[in-house]
Amino acid sequence: MLGPLSANFAGLMARVKGALAASVLIGGLAACGAVVSSASAQSADARWEAVVEKARGQEVFWNAWGGAEVYNDYIAWVGEQVQARYGVSITHVKLGDTAEAVRKVLAERSAGRSTDGSVDLIWINGENFKTMKDNALLYGPFADRLPNFALIDTEANPTTVSDFTVPTDGLESPWGMAKLVFIHDQATLPEPPRSVAAILDYANANPGRITYPAPPDFTGSTFLKQVLYETAADPAALQRPAGENFDAVTKPLWDYLDAINGSLWRGGADYPKNSAALRQLLDDGEIDLAFSFNIGEASSAIAQGQLPETARTYVLDGGTIGNTHFVAIPFNAANREGAMVVANFLLTPEAQARKATPSIWGEATVLSIDRLDAAGRAFFDAIPSDPASLTPEELGATLPEPHPSWMTRIEEGWLQRYGS
Amino acid sequence: MALCVFLGPVVAGLAGSILPSFGYFPALGGEAFSLAPWRALAAYPGLGAAAWFSFWTGLAATLLSLAAALIFTAAWRGTVWFKAFQRLVSPLLSVPHSAVALGMVFLLAPSGWAMRAVSPSLTGFERPPDLATAPDPFGIVYVACLVVKETPFLFLMILAALNQIPDSPLSASARTMGYRRTIAWLKAVAPLVLRQIRLPVLAVLAYSVSVVDVALILTPVTRPTLGVLVLRWFNDPDLATQFVAAAGACLQIGVVLAAGLVWKLGELGAGRLFRRWIASGDRSRGENGLRVGGFALASLVGVLGGFGLVVAALWSVAQRWRFPDVLPSAWSLRFWDRHAEALLQAAGVTLTVAAVAAALSVLLALACLENEKRRGLKPGNGALWLLYTPLLTPQIAFLFGAQVLLVTIGLDGAWVAVIWFHMLFVGPYVFLSLSGPYRKLDPRYRAAAVTLGATETQAFFRVVLPVLLRPVLVAAAVGVAVSVGQYLPTVFAGAGRFETLTTEAVALSAGGDRRLVAMLALSQSVLPFLGFLAAIMIPAWLYRDRRELSGFR
Repeated sequence: MLGPLSANFAGLMARVKGALAASVLIGGLAACGAVVSSASAQSADARWEAVVEKARGQEVFWNAWGGAEVYNDYIAWVGEQVQARYGVSITHVKLGDTAEAVRKVLAERSAGRSTDGSVDLIWINGENFKTMKDNALLYGPFADRLPNFALIDTEANPTTVSDFTVPTDGLESPWGMAKLVFIHDQATLPEPPRSVAAILDYANANPGRITYPAPPDFTGSTFLKQVLYETAADPAALQRPAGENFDAVTKPLWDYLDAINGSLWRGGADYPKNSAALRQLLDDGEIDLAFSFNIGEASSAIAQGQLPETARTYVLDGGTIGNTHFVAIPFNAANREGAMVVANFLLTPEAQARKATPSIWGEATVLSIDRLDAAGRAFFDAIPSDPASLTPEELGATLPEPHPSWMTRIEEGWLQRYGS
Repeated sequence: MALCVFLGPVVAGLAGSILPSFGYFPALGGEAFSLAPWRALAAYPGLGAAAWFSFWTGLAATLLSLAAALIFTAAWRGTVWFKAFQRLVSPLLSVPHSAVALGMVFLLAPSGWAMRAVSPSLTGFERPPDLATAPDPFGIVYVACLVVKETPFLFLMILAALNQIPDSPLSASARTMGYRRTIAWLKAVAPLVLRQIRLPVLAVLAYSVSVVDVALILTPVTRPTLGVLVLRWFNDPDLATQFVAAAGACLQIGVVLAAGLVWKLGELGAGRLFRRWIASGDRSRGENGLRVGGFALASLVGVLGGFGLVVAALWSVAQRWRFPDVLPSAWSLRFWDRHAEALLQAAGVTLTVAAVAAALSVLLALACLENEKRRGLKPGNGALWLLYTPLLTPQIAFLFGAQVLLVTIGLDGAWVAVIWFHMLFVGPYVFLSLSGPYRKLDPRYRAAAVTLGATETQAFFRVVLPVLLRPVLVAAAVGVAVSVGQYLPTVFAGAGRFETLTTEAVALSAGGDRRLVAMLALSQSVLPFLGFLAAIMIPAWLYRDRRELSGFR
């Protein structure tokens, strides 16, 4: 399978490069005028060439959550590709929790190591990103220096430059789009509830069959955000930091949780630890509804034998919370150029289309299809559809992440009410 | 001197958790001392309950494990059952704690094997019932899991201690005085054994109070132990929580010490009762109860641990296995097949680190003990406490400070660093496995050799070491098992660049795939198992014609 790919590879790269140069050029023209932009495009090209040159032979230590085989396999594939194309090798440092990498960088700074750090690239978003950004633990801005970044329409896709409402400022490069999707087993629940209000009714009618992972697990927190968004009188308030309006805005959320708590799995006395545990409970038949931040979860889980063939994905009628995840480079990374080459490769149509394939990962791309050339689109057109997953059109509206200050306080409140 | 170098990270680690707990952590902008972290800690909802939960479960688990190991030995030593349990001990010891915990969930959860066996035939359940069996809200399964893991360890320590105690003649003479078997052993031999295994028992206590991985699996999210809370704080993306985490880590040390104190007081009280019982001259009352109780406890340990392993093995070759099927509906070797190469590679790294760390720790322990013997030194209490600090402190608190030290001297990510950090945890276990038998070795062996013209060194190598071969190998095997299980020290010292079986297991188990987790747990158990097997087989083979040394009587 890899044979024809590598045989085609030189021609392919030439095409991708051509497309890139053109799109950079056009973008520049629109912005600031012909002469200046073509010159700056050329010098940007030359600068990137220098990065690629320097990257050759580097070993990139990519610290990424290692909890799912499908993700690990994808990262291994990326490693093979960048090795073949750029002579950059990847070592996947499999983390149980992304915070481990954050602490490693912090320990290095505590010890005064400002170069030659042990972490080159981190898979990151949300609070971990905010922490690293606030503590100046990141290198950059570098994202806008990546040639393939031009394939992203950041206006149509604002979460690619705003991570949980925090501006990325080029300190991290988008990798994929996550969205809260719900999973049910057609065989036991043909007509799943399609709003948080309907979920409440379902839970009260079927005690013990609904639950959600305990916050601060991000899937559990996202469920709370979903409830918050659907019940709040004015969801727009969530885009600004939480202030004195906190109690008023979140009251419907607490009312909802109080109303559902007694009807939850284990009567609300225990919660699954994370979305994997939630999926396991669905497979065991203990509960009727699971949800995931990975759009292709149902397909890959069926392929892995972790869910019944009858599992199906759906979204709530009013849309669901979505965000983007990224890769970032620590301030002291030893193989910074190699890390940039990897980040850029992750944004190629080929890599993004592979990631969007349901049986491989199944996640929506961060690229804008209308910015791709024919060859780039062909990758996406070739993705087979899968009955267990939704097509991009079926995914419905995406609700934005609230400002992080809301979740910090909601998680505290949750802990006080239900956590102990 | 060597000890000082060895213990450098311990001091750095301690400083790294105590200073931040008082608000001092320059890298995070904490430059003035304050009590704010402690106040934040005290205000955390459920803190008291969590600390209490850690405290009582740790004490209960230690007490039950010790009782099980001791009473079973007393009642059944020299029987077929004793031999059977002896054989079961190595596999049980080799399985990592988290794997035993998972085995208990596989077995006892509402969707577990036990429920599948009777569903739907007896219960009528087509779907698992909504019952909190494992984890349960009372901590019963949690304590049971600790007992399953610690009883074999204490049992092994008792066996090693019995090598230096003339237990057969002692209990034989008690029996000639009319004491029944169990009572005779308990009254005549147990006090000597208990004195020798005091340190291992305290280690079990410290471990049980502060264990995190088992608690993560077997306690409800809403009833965390203190260790789980500390881990949560340390993993909190908001770095300001590090201060609270550091204070929590210090509190954890406090809880361990408090439990130790209570244990010590209990020991005094129990000792008084015990003496009264011995003095009473009662020869048979309770004999039957003790025999049955010892047997029941040991078989519970065997059944829970053994079946847990069997279910894990089944899961590792299952493709589909839904409730209420008793056996998988589709089988597959693909997990083993797919990961074989990676596992072998990781096993190589694991074995190298474990073998070197265990060997060096044994050498260091022997050198210290021999030195102490020759110079007639009393073991220094200060150094000893320092040696055990890594066992008393939550690893994650302790490792941050230690890692700053490593990075400062530019050793992080090196083999030396990984082995050194492993030794911090392997060393204490090796030392406490070995020091009892070593110090209690009858000095007349050595004296006899010296009177026959041997030098001290000759006496050590030709008499002391051969007699102690079994405890030495057992200590090394314990060391290997401890090293194989280390996750955080490998990640921290190795800068994430050393892939061992355990780092693979922890990373992959985050995805919660039962089949993968089961496979990893089994593969983690193989190396320690071989170690324990060697510790039993080597002396048995070497001393096959020397009954008293071979370990099989």
